[in-house]
Amino acid sequence: MSATLSASTLLAVPLAPLIGAMAVGLFGTKFGGNRIGRRIAHSLTILGVFVAFVLSALTLQSVAFEGARFNQTIYTWMTVGALKMEIGFLVDGLTAMMMCVVTFVSLMVHIYTIGYMEEDEGYNRFFAYISLFTFSMLMLVMSNNLLQLFFGWEAVGLVSYLLIGFWFNKPTAVFANMKAFLVNRVGDFGFILGIGILVAYSGTLNYTELFAKSGELAAMTLPGTDWMLITVACIGLFIGAMGKSAQFPLHVWLPDSMEGPTPISALIHAATMVTAGIFMVARMSPLFELSDTALNFILIIGGITALFMGFLGIIQNDIKRVVAYSTLSQLGYMTVALGASAYSVAVFHLMTHAFFKALLFLAAGSVIMGVHHNQDIRWMGGLRKYMPITWITSLLGSLALIGTPFFSGFYSKDEIIMAVHASHLPAAGFAYFAVLAGVFVTAFYSFRLYFLVFHGKERFDQNPEAHHGHAPHHDEHHHGQDKPHETPWVVTLPLILLAIPSVLIGFMTISPMLFGDFFKDAIFVNSSLHHAMATLAEEFHGPMQLAIHGLSALPFWLALAGVLSAYYMYMVNPALPAAIKQRLQPVYTLLENKYYMDWFNENVLAPAARGLGTVFWQVGDQKIIDGAVVNGSWRVVAWVSGFARKLQTGYLYDYALMMVLGVVILMTYFVWLK
Amino acid sequence: MTLTLGHFLTLGAMLFTLSVIGIFLNRKNLIVLMMAIELMLLAVNTNFVAFSHYMGDLHGQIFVFFILTVAAAEAAIGLAILVLLFRNKSGISVEALNSLKG
Repeated sequence: MSATLSASTLLAVPLAPLIGAMAVGLFGTKFGGNRIGRRIAHSLTILGVFVAFVLSALTLQSVAFEGARFNQTIYTWMTVGALKMEIGFLVDGLTAMMMCVVTFVSLMVHIYTIGYMEEDEGYNRFFAYISLFTFSMLMLVMSNNLLQLFFGWEAVGLVSYLLIGFWFNKPTAVFANMKAFLVNRVGDFGFILGIGILVAYSGTLNYTELFAKSGELAAMTLPGTDWMLITVACIGLFIGAMGKSAQFPLHVWLPDSMEGPTPISALIHAATMVTAGIFMVARMSPLFELSDTALNFILIIGGITALFMGFLGIIQNDIKRVVAYSTLSQLGYMTVALGASAYSVAVFHLMTHAFFKALLFLAAGSVIMGVHHNQDIRWMGGLRKYMPITWITSLLGSLALIGTPFFSGFYSKDEIIMAVHASHLPAAGFAYFAVLAGVFVTAFYSFRLYFLVFHGKERFDQNPEAHHGHAPHHDEHHHGQDKPHETPWVVTLPLILLAIPSVLIGFMTISPMLFGDFFKDAIFVNSSLHHAMATLAEEFHGPMQLAIHGLSALPFWLALAGVLSAYYMYMVNPALPAAIKQRLQPVYTLLENKYYMDWFNENVLAPAARGLGTVFWQVGDQKIIDGAVVNGSWRVVAWVSGFARKLQTGYLYDYALMMVLGVVILMTYFVWLK
Repeated sequence: MTLTLGHFLTLGAMLFTLSVIGIFLNRKNLIVLMMAIELMLLAVNTNFVAFSHYMGDLHGQIFVFFILTVAAAEAAIGLAILVLLFRNKSGISVEALNSLKG
C-alpha cells in the first residue's frame, strides 16, 4: 500500500460528477424551477467530469509508474452480525484503467452533447443524467466490495433506463426502456443470487477477504446437490454480466436501447456501462478461475454472441443499429476472452473498444445531425465531401474495429483470437470458430456501413419518409439548404480526441497491460490449468512484430475479404445484395426478425411469465393468502366463537352451574389426583 | 347419641347442596334465587360455628357475625335491584334475565 493515493482524492473522483449532476438535476430542470441556465448546466457538469478525469489520470499515473495501490474502507454503512456493509475503494491497475476510460469517454460525450442536444428541451436534464451515470459507473469500478459493486450496477442500470426513455413522449422509447429494465432484472436476479451464495458461505462482502477464502469455497458443494458451490456462484454472477453486457440470450435490450439520444448510445450502451459485466468477471477472476464449467459456459455464450449478433448487423439499415449490433458482437469477443482465462486481454479489448466504439457512435450521431436527423443509411451516401472530419474519424474507427494491423483494435482482437486458440477448454473450439468467422462479419458490416454512408451516390434527397415527416419545414427552405453539413466543433473535437487513442492506444499499452505487471495483483490466472496467457506471452515479441506477423495471419485476410466483399457488393455491383436477398429469403427473414428472439420473448416467455403470475395471483394470493390466511383466520375465530357463545346463555343459573362444575373439577384434581 | 362434628358438617353440606340445587332448578322467581344464596351463606355459617365450637376458638363465631352483616347488606342491595328489575321487565322471572346472552 503506497501513501501516494489518498482517500480524499479518490473520493473526489466519483463525487465531482455527482455534485454536478445534483446541482443541475435539482436546480436546472423543471423539477427545481429551471434556476440554472443551459450554459451553466453544461459548464458545471463538464467541470465535474473534467475534475474526475484529471484525478483519474493522476491516479493512473501513480498506479502505473509508482506502483501505488489503495484498498481501504471509507465508511461503514452498517454491521449485521459479522457481516459488514461498507463503502470503500480498491484501486489497482484494473480500477485505474477503468476510471480513466470512463471519465475520458464521459468527458468527450459531455462536450459532444453541447452540440448534439442543442435544440432539445431536455438539455439540462440530459446533462444531469450523464453526470449521474459517470458517478454510478465510477462507484462500480472503484468498489472494494460486492455491495458497492451491486449499488453501482443498479445505479448505472437506472440511468440507462432513464436515458433510453429520455424522449418519454415517444412510445417506442418507452417500450425500449421498459424492455431494457426488465431484461436487466433477469440478469440482476442471477447476479444477486451469485453474490448471495458467496456472502452466505464466505461471510464477507470485501473482495480481498472473499478471495482469501476462495480455496475454502472451491471445496464446498451446494447443499443437497453435488454441484460445486463456486460454479453455481460464478454462473450466477455471469448471468448478471450477461444482462448488463448484453450477452445472448439477454442481448435483446441493447439494439432497442438505440431509441435514446446518440451520446448515450456512445457512453452507456457502447463504451462503459455494457462493459461493466466484463469488468466484473475480470475483477472476480480468482473465483472464475476455480470453475472450468463456468468458463466453458462463458466461452459458449460469448461465441454465440460474437458471431450471431454480427450477422444481424449486416442487414440493419438504421445507422445506430448497425453500430449497436457491432457492440454486441464485440462484447461477445470480450466474453470469449474471459472464458479463455485471458482476463487481461478482455479488459484490454474493453479499453480499445471503448475508444473506437464511442468514436463510431459519436460519428454516427454526427452523421445523423449532418443529414437532418435521418438514421436510415439507404438515404445517405457520398457524405465524404460534406463532412470531412466525421468521414476521416469514422474511417479510423472502422479500421480499428475490424482489426487492421497497428490500429488499437487489431492488438486486442488478435490477442483474443490467439488466446481462444491456446485455450484447452472443451468449448474453446466452438468459440475459436465463432471469433474467427466474426472477423469477416465485422469487417463486412463495418464497411457496408462506411461505404453506404460516406461513399457512392448521394441519396439523401431521395428519402421518402423525410419529405412527408418534415413537409412544412421543407416548404420554407430552398432545396439547396438541405445538403448535409459538417457539424460544429463541439461535435468534431470529441471525434478527433477519440480517434487518437482508437489508433494508438493498442500499440502503446499492449506490452505493459497484457504481458507486464500492470494487472498483476488485480487479475488472477491459474496458469497451470489455463495456460492461454502463458502461451500468448511466449509468442509475444513486441507490438511491432505482432502487427507485422498479423499481416500474414488468417484474421487479417478474413477482415480484408470482408472489406472487399462489402466494397464489391455496395460500390461496384449494388444490385447484388438485393439478388442475394432474393435467393436467401429464408435466411434474410430469420435475420430480419433477429432470430425470432423478440417473438419468442413476447409470445412464449412473456405469456408464460404472465400465466405464472396469474397462477400466483389467483391461487397463491387470492386463494391461499386472501382466502386461507386472511379470510380463514376470521372464519376460524367465527367458528370457535360460534361454538363458545352457545355457552353464554345469559342465565345466571347456567353460569353458577359452570362455576360449581369448575369447583368440582378443581377439587377432584386437588383432593384425589394430586 | 351425641352430636359430633360430623353431624354439623353434614347439615352444612346438605344445606349448601340444597341451595345450589335451588339456584339451578329455580327458573321462575328471583326472590327464591336470593333465598338460595342466603341459605348458602347460612350453610357456611353453620360450618364456621361447628368448627369454632369443636376447636374452642371463638374466631369462627366472630367471623359468622361479619358474614351475617354482609349478607344483610347484600340482601338489601339484591332486593333494591329486584325492585328496579320488576319496574323494567314487569316481572321477576329468572328466565327473562338473559340479556348477557352472547
